[in-house]
Amino acid sequence: MPALKIAAAAGVVLLLALPLLPVPEFWITQLDYIGLYAMVVLGLVLLTGVAGLTSFGQAAFVGLGAYASAYVTTAHGASPWLGLLCGVALTLVVALVLAGVTLRMSGHYLPLATIAWGLALFFLVGNLEFLGRFDGLQGIPPVAVGSVELRSGRASYELIWIVAMLGALALRNLLDSRPGRAIRALKGGTLMAEAMGIATWRYKLLAFVIAAIYASISGWLFAHYQRSVNPSPFGLQMGIEYLFMAVLGGVGLVAGAFAGAAAVKIAEDQLQNWLPALLGTSGPVELVVFGMVLILVLQVTPDGLWSLVTRRLPARRHDPSSWADAAPLAMAPRPARGETVLSVRQARKQFGGLVAVNDVSFDVRAGEIVGLIGPNGAGKSTLFNLITGVLPLTAGQVDYRGARVSGQSARAIARRGVSRTFQHVRMIPDMSVLENVALGAHRRGGAGVLRAMLRLDRGDERRLLAQAWQQLDRIGMGALADEPAGNLALGQQRLMEIARALCTDPALLLLDEPAAGLRLKEKQALGAVLAQLRGEGMSLLLVEHDMDFVMTLTDRIVVVEFGTRLTEGTPDAVREDPAVRAAYLGVEH
Amino acid sequence: MDSTIAAVLLLDGIGNGAVYALLGMAIVLVFAVTRVILIPQGEFVAYSALTLAMLQLGRIPGTVWLALLLSALAVLRELWDGLRAQRAWAATAREIVRLCTLPVAAAALTGVAAGQAWPLALQGLLTLVLVTAVGPLVYRLAYQPLADASVLLLLIVSVGVHFTLVGLGLVFFGAEGYRTPPFWDASFAAGAVTISGQAIVTLAVSALLMAALYLFFSRTLAGKALRATAINRLGARLMGVSTEHAGRSAFSMAAFIGALSGLLIGPATTMVYDSGFLIGLKGFVAAIFGGLASYPLAVGGALLVGLLDSFSSFWASAYKDAIVFAAIIPVLLLRSLADRRHDDDE
Repeated sequence: MPALKIAAAAGVVLLLALPLLPVPEFWITQLDYIGLYAMVVLGLVLLTGVAGLTSFGQAAFVGLGAYASAYVTTAHGASPWLGLLCGVALTLVVALVLAGVTLRMSGHYLPLATIAWGLALFFLVGNLEFLGRFDGLQGIPPVAVGSVELRSGRASYELIWIVAMLGALALRNLLDSRPGRAIRALKGGTLMAEAMGIATWRYKLLAFVIAAIYASISGWLFAHYQRSVNPSPFGLQMGIEYLFMAVLGGVGLVAGAFAGAAAVKIAEDQLQNWLPALLGTSGPVELVVFGMVLILVLQVTPDGLWSLVTRRLPARRHDPSSWADAAPLAMAPRPARGETVLSVRQARKQFGGLVAVNDVSFDVRAGEIVGLIGPNGAGKSTLFNLITGVLPLTAGQVDYRGARVSGQSARAIARRGVSRTFQHVRMIPDMSVLENVALGAHRRGGAGVLRAMLRLDRGDERRLLAQAWQQLDRIGMGALADEPAGNLALGQQRLMEIARALCTDPALLLLDEPAAGLRLKEKQALGAVLAQLRGEGMSLLLVEHDMDFVMTLTDRIVVVEFGTRLTEGTPDAVREDPAVRAAYLGVEH
Repeated sequence: MDSTIAAVLLLDGIGNGAVYALLGMAIVLVFAVTRVILIPQGEFVAYSALTLAMLQLGRIPGTVWLALLLSALAVLRELWDGLRAQRAWAATAREIVRLCTLPVAAAALTGVAAGQAWPLALQGLLTLVLVTAVGPLVYRLAYQPLADASVLLLLIVSVGVHFTLVGLGLVFFGAEGYRTPPFWDASFAAGAVTISGQAIVTLAVSALLMAALYLFFSRTLAGKALRATAINRLGARLMGVSTEHAGRSAFSMAAFIGALSGLLIGPATTMVYDSGFLIGLKGFVAAIFGGLASYPLAVGGALLVGLLDSFSSFWASAYKDAIVFAAIIPVLLLRSLADRRHDDDE
């Protein structure tokens, strides 16, 4: 790792020192543009690559930043630094409004909406008199640092690249933090994140606004670098181009932003240079060759150019000793033993004409493990979804610690202290096991986006990781902490979900088939952990098909069949119940 | 605005809307079957109109060279894949024949026909065949090797295909704009409004094609196989439906629909090599109205886009496209709220 860090630092120093070396003006100009583009693409890496929200509209935000500063500096003679402030402020307002309207859209609506506002802003700017219509604004002053005016491309270079590198650093910091993990969790759908108490909408909004501000800052640099603006660099064509720089570089990889921007910019220019020499013509052929090269490169490296580098890098390893001194996270007070924690009253769920859960009632008390069993299709998982607020009840009521929770959102219920695992494992496959588990502790940390970007969150972060590590270790998976979650066997993935749920500090834990896919030894170890949790005063409700596991572990069992509660009692009573035997084994005629 | 102008705009809007509807349906079809968002759909439209224009002028249309070029590339690709997979030569040859027969034959025929003044209808038919033959070649070269990639990656590949085809369009057709003659040169007076024969042709053909597509998907085995692939790729594959074949069929149909749209819209709009993009984009908008899944909603959306298009060009032509695209946002929001389903398996 140190060798890599040294190499990276040397690369940064070399890049910043380039204008001092006898590098031709042409390449300095190229690099200026690469830096400008990369800044926008960094935003897309976060928004599209990490959060999974595709945007064609980033060029419009570049335009906002550029025009805002161009206008206040030319029309009102303001300093470019004030222009930067105006641009960022304007972008913030516009991004918040657009997000309010478009970010709630699901699936394919969002990309189209970004096309829509991208085009709409483009045509609007092109038709506004005070912005010079399609001719734009000229005579924009250069940025001045102290008394030095950055007039030449060589002079602007340092500013552009320092801004771009700081942007990259801040993004890298963000991705490796509490809010960053929440943003990374958006890609797999919001169900799991919400169940961990994460306000997914807030993080979508944050990713969107950050991406917009990155684009806006690039626009500010662009306006004062070019010294003139017109609408054409901010149209849909450029919006699309930014997106494919991101994909070409390796969407989701911070360094990929630079790789993608460089590849596109250099390819475009080099094609202009040697195609005419090769074919004797120019113009359209460049576009053709460019398109074909793009298709071919993506067919060869679908994960982007930078993935060729990251593939060869060693995976990141956490050192558990680095958080050994972290103060433990605060824990919520546990309910008194014997208190009724969960009370399900006449819960009913109908899907059209099908009654999936038919007026089921039962209680779970503190410090008790209740098993929920029944043949496949009995409605057990639906009951879980009703209790945790994933599905609304058709009728009936669910109370948690004496307060009604039915009708509340999954997140609100999770925040009260109810946590769960899923029948079909829900995780972020390309995040490490430790990071996946740390998602559960999200609610117990406080570091926000700004602190994370500035790396002021390390104390908070250590406490979260310490908690995640502790829960992983408890469940016997400490050795796998740095493994990508997608590499785990199914049984291990289920255990990881339990560790994640434990990180939320729940008073009530709902486990959906926790023992499925586990070997005997692992089952016994899991049973021991669950019994220990019960000893600590936690309540557990578990759906499980492994009868040995259920019978030895639970205090009480609720049996459901065809959505209806068949019986309830101690394991021994249930085992002897003729109705239960009939449900599982059929009846002799 | 008086009622005459309103009626003219309405007719105009419905005519454009019908074409957007066709394109929207093609985009829905391709997306459902292959998960490709077909940005280059508009290129088929432009190619078709320009091919007919060239035939009218007695010149060999660039589409001929395009079909031959793509066929040659497809042959190379098949040979390469065959070598890498150590496939039997006979199998490779079969694939090549299957892929390239139609485009090469259509290109040859068009080359022959170019010098002779064939009747307009026949030239139109030839254009249809030639442009349709290009569709599966595009799929084979650009998309088939990435059949399992993410939607985002396929989208970016689409952008690459769009660039390539637009560039080729400029190489083959030049930067000049053309209008094709109408297929039915009559006009009818209905009160103060004149209805052109071409408008009637446009509406009739669109309606006919929609009906044909409906029958194809509900009544024929091939149509059902495509639907099965759209619903569950793996399941369809297990039932013996080849996803490659499905992809190729979808692209053939998309190219055919694009070509037909080009013939319908060519007399009403001056076509340049890159006119296709905005037309395709409006079709895409229509498709999104239908959630990239519903054909009737895509048609409804298309009519709406067509009307917005024609009315806003009357009131504020400078802001026309801004209005069309900005007006979409509230509709999208409604659509998005309407089908707020679980993101269970996103």
